[in-house]
Amino acid sequence: MITFWILAVLIVASAVFVVSASRPVYSVLGLLLNFLLLAMMYLTLDAEFLAVIQVVVYSGAILMLFLFVIALLSSGVRQFSVGPNRLPRILAPLSVFGALALGGLLFVIVQSVTPSLPQSTAASAAGNANVFGSVADFGQALFTTYLLPFEATAFVLMIAVIGVIALAGDVDPPRPPRRKPLRKREPILKERS
Amino acid sequence: MQVAVANYIALSAIIFMIGVGGVVARRNPLIMLMGIELMWNAANLAFIAYAKAYMSNAGHVFAFLVITVAAAEAAIGLAIIVIVFRRAENVDVDDVAVLKG
Repeated sequence: MITFWILAVLIVASAVFVVSASRPVYSVLGLLLNFLLLAMMYLTLDAEFLAVIQVVVYSGAILMLFLFVIALLSSGVRQFSVGPNRLPRILAPLSVFGALALGGLLFVIVQSVTPSLPQSTAASAAGNANVFGSVADFGQALFTTYLLPFEATAFVLMIAVIGVIALAGDVDPPRPPRRKPLRKREPILKERS
Repeated sequence: MQVAVANYIALSAIIFMIGVGGVVARRNPLIMLMGIELMWNAANLAFIAYAKAYMSNAGHVFAFLVITVAAAEAAIGLAIIVIVFRRAENVDVDDVAVLKG
């Protein structure tokens, strides 16, 4: 119980940091913290395998891709803020209120509908076949009942690879831009005073 | 004392709305993509909480599928950002009009 509340507060705080950080690099670091905390949350829900691939795939692969692209675009793209043209400043507290209200509403609805969680089996699940949430149990389900969705996953990943190569893998020399950029690009490596 | 599944669903909804706020309010496409990642993760949390509540592996399997689709989406989204930046030298979504038909 206490674990859930500590993790929940930290997860929400890191998520807010992700969307409000002043530079993309800080945002990635907040997202890394968020993913690690979510992996811990998955462990409390007996999802061992998903906790592991959360760390390996998300924190290891996807966030590295984000970091690589940020470095490629020479780090801080530009300072971005909740600009007046995108979202009026009054909407920021309103959206916080909306998130809390939606959370509370779902809490009330779900609590009246779903059963309470069964007792955790995490202490005995590790490496133990046929216990809910163990890697063996998950693998059994993935390769028998859910084999077709699993194969479809391979197809989706193949399409993604082909798409990325088609988009970014052209060997032509980069063409000059058709028109001038709308705004003059600020020096991005210099610290703004 | 066990945590009710409703707690997890409420937390998932709050994370999802934070992700939506990031996509709507920020103009940096990288941070918009990170908001989308937050939304994927909120969906995963709900899947896994319900999997535990009903003791069913289906939730785990679909969370696994969501992770792979999120990986594909991040790869393609970042590739598009790199392309746009190379052509237009500008990564502000308000100024990018190359995808306009």
